[in-house]
Amino acid sequence: MMEEAIATYREEAGELLAELETSLLDLEETPDDNDLINRVFRAMHTIKGSGAMFGFDEIASFTHEVETVFDMVRNGKMTVTKRLLDLTLKSRDHISYLLSCPMGEEVDRSVGDEIIAGLRQLVPQQDTPQKGSNEVPALHLPPVSEDELANECTWRIRFRPAPNVLMCGTNPISLINELRGLGTAHVVAQFDEIPQLDALVAENCYIYWDIILTTTRGEDAIKDVFIFVEDDCDIRIELIDSSGLIDKEDGYKKLGDILVERGDLSPIEMQKVLMLQKRFGELLVEQGIVSPEKVQSALVEQQHVKSVRKERSEAPPQEAAASIRVPAERLDQLINLVGEMVTVQAHLSQVSQAGGDATFIAISEEVERLTNELRDTALNIRMLPIGSTFSKFKRLVRDLSSELGKEIEMETFGAETELDKTVIEKLNDPLVHIIRNCIDHGIEMPEVRKAAGKASHGTVSLGAEHSGDSVLVTIRDDGGGLDRDRIRAKAIERGLLSATAEVPDKEIYAQIFAPGFSTAEKVTSVSGRGVGMDVVKRGIDSLRGSIGVDSVRGTGTTITLKIPLTLAIIDSLLVKIGKDHFVLPLASVEECVELTREDIRGAHGRNLANVRGAIIPYIPLREHFKITDQRPDIEQIVIADIHGTKVGFVVDHVVGEHQTVIKSLGKMYRDVKGVSGATILGDGTVALILDMGVLLQSIEKLEHIGG
Amino acid sequence: MSVAGITETVQYLTFKLSDEVFALDVAKVREILEITTITKVPQTPDFMRGVINLRGSVVPVIDMRLKFGMNATEQTVNTCIIVVEITMDGDAVVLGALADSVQEVVEMEPESIEAAPHIGTKLNTDFIKGMGRVNDRFVMILDIDRVFSSDELSDLVQ
Repeated sequence: MMEEAIATYREEAGELLAELETSLLDLEETPDDNDLINRVFRAMHTIKGSGAMFGFDEIASFTHEVETVFDMVRNGKMTVTKRLLDLTLKSRDHISYLLSCPMGEEVDRSVGDEIIAGLRQLVPQQDTPQKGSNEVPALHLPPVSEDELANECTWRIRFRPAPNVLMCGTNPISLINELRGLGTAHVVAQFDEIPQLDALVAENCYIYWDIILTTTRGEDAIKDVFIFVEDDCDIRIELIDSSGLIDKEDGYKKLGDILVERGDLSPIEMQKVLMLQKRFGELLVEQGIVSPEKVQSALVEQQHVKSVRKERSEAPPQEAAASIRVPAERLDQLINLVGEMVTVQAHLSQVSQAGGDATFIAISEEVERLTNELRDTALNIRMLPIGSTFSKFKRLVRDLSSELGKEIEMETFGAETELDKTVIEKLNDPLVHIIRNCIDHGIEMPEVRKAAGKASHGTVSLGAEHSGDSVLVTIRDDGGGLDRDRIRAKAIERGLLSATAEVPDKEIYAQIFAPGFSTAEKVTSVSGRGVGMDVVKRGIDSLRGSIGVDSVRGTGTTITLKIPLTLAIIDSLLVKIGKDHFVLPLASVEECVELTREDIRGAHGRNLANVRGAIIPYIPLREHFKITDQRPDIEQIVIADIHGTKVGFVVDHVVGEHQTVIKSLGKMYRDVKGVSGATILGDGTVALILDMGVLLQSIEKLEHIGG
Repeated sequence: MSVAGITETVQYLTFKLSDEVFALDVAKVREILEITTITKVPQTPDFMRGVINLRGSVVPVIDMRLKFGMNATEQTVNTCIIVVEITMDGDAVVLGALADSVQEVVEMEPESIEAAPHIGTKLNTDFIKGMGRVNDRFVMILDIDRVFSSDELSDLVQ
């Protein structure tokens, strides 16, 4: 059990650290955002608290030191500085290191001590003591104990000042206000001791107060409020409710019980009144046993505790319902099952259509509808906002730019764009390499930038947006841009391009993704080995994505990654050529038109079709795939929109829409062009998923060579 | 007389390609399937017959006869797919090998296995671990990892 709990703690702490990092980086941009400061504080506090609970004492004590500093920031006694953020980020790394250390082993404290020493240095300079009570050195502030913080308690305080309290210069109101500062307080003033006017001494205080206070601070904090008056005044502090107590009953104590407990009413009196069976509070007043104020005060208490309890009982279930922690494997398993279900459902539809039984068809359609919904829901579960990855890059940019002595700002947009979890994970490495490249090769040194008339700090922007069934991830820098001629020269030198060929810029830029390709003269610690962009290419290919590079010399480079939303299941169009089935992703399909023998003759052997007056080139897949059997008289052209151009793909027959569970073709077929995967049809045979974009490219290449 | 690398008595699965008997280490074999519909992947060499559905996974199938320079396998009742698990660049890969018929599982002692002669087999000797003898017939023991190494397969894909 304990092991499990520790594993959970590690996992949670990991997430908190990520959140901490994000908040810290955001804080750098908006240093006076209280919300962020609080978030930082909370994250650290939770790490510390649960760390201590699970025996990560090292983490608890280290985090406590850092937290103390942030407590001062939170209270406005310190401002957020770059140095502070540097140290806090380092602390984050150190906590992460501590987390990774096996429990019970000696850990390297030198780093932690250094950070703490650094933080301590920051404190005295910044610390401007505001209150007398805070003259204790900041880092040795008595820590607020865990129990107190976890335990929110409700206290009943009766504050009866001595009659001469006003003459001593004490203002009871300010004391009460101080109490209010500790938490949620309800205050009822009691006037029953005010004498008749003739007996009244104007300087005396006849009023006393009942205060119901809910606070996370302990009894001592309340006593501290009354520290200067406690000798003269009658102060009663009682604990009446705490979150540590299990709430057995739904409601709080009955009014009578409260009064009895306070000693305002004796149990016998209560019984007597209860016999009368009227509204109890009114009765008490009517009978003159208890003054109206006392009843009101008791009612206030009742209300207060009720509302506190209500909040407490409502809040946690809401949180629990908002998210559930589920191991990723279980989700993968679910997706696999849904995938199989989709396959079986396809089979069912096929059989039911063939059978022709109306009831059977109706059931099968119902199953199809449910399966579709189930599929969408299951896939949605795995969707995560891409923003979690973005924050990692902020850190990368920050660290790298200072290492290289460049001034770089990072902008992100579209962090809420959702992508399949596995896609996000696989996107990480390519993005790291691209961003490293932007920083190392793209953005120039500040002085170079100034000389070129640009702002001294460069900007790397990272963003994501939806586009059909894909997500476009854009990485843009405003650096020097790619050196077209140098890339070309290098590509020719390496035999990637022929020296005479005139190739479009895009193709030249695409050379940077070749393995081992680098125009850098020297290899730096960051990049230059020519490995990075190759990793990018492979990574994106494995995601069935594509890369676009655009660059303007002197103003910057934009790299666009087009990534499919999910790797698991897509909507597609099932087509047939000869005996074989193929699957075309539906997202880019626009329409299907017929192609007759006459049309072919009319086009004089050119692969062009006239669709409502527009000329659309087409690719006869039958010929391209060298399928040799009898060609039907009427073929179908599936017209697709590929990167803005309309292209037709000629097939024998369009079967219909199909939910395609994507299966990898495996290593053996990894170099096959134009086929991105396979799927299993209802009858158990395998159909290939065509990648129309790649098909078009390879045909373009063939035709260029031919012509 | 034994072959380096073969030190233990191992069970081998024997199968026929044309009239010849071949063998492979039984530990590499996952299962034997009847022939089913094979989907050809366009623009791949002929010996890569295509892919099949193996209980929901897509598994490539290789025609070993074409791979060894014989005629393509003709489908008969005995034709089967031997599903093997091989190691390709350090990863385990499952693939099917098309054989004319599966014979039996035999045990061969290291002493009864000889190194393959460098000439005369008309096969790439890299593919052969050794020559065993079963019932006075020569059996060529395949080094299945080599036959299906990534160099042999994927580089041929154009």
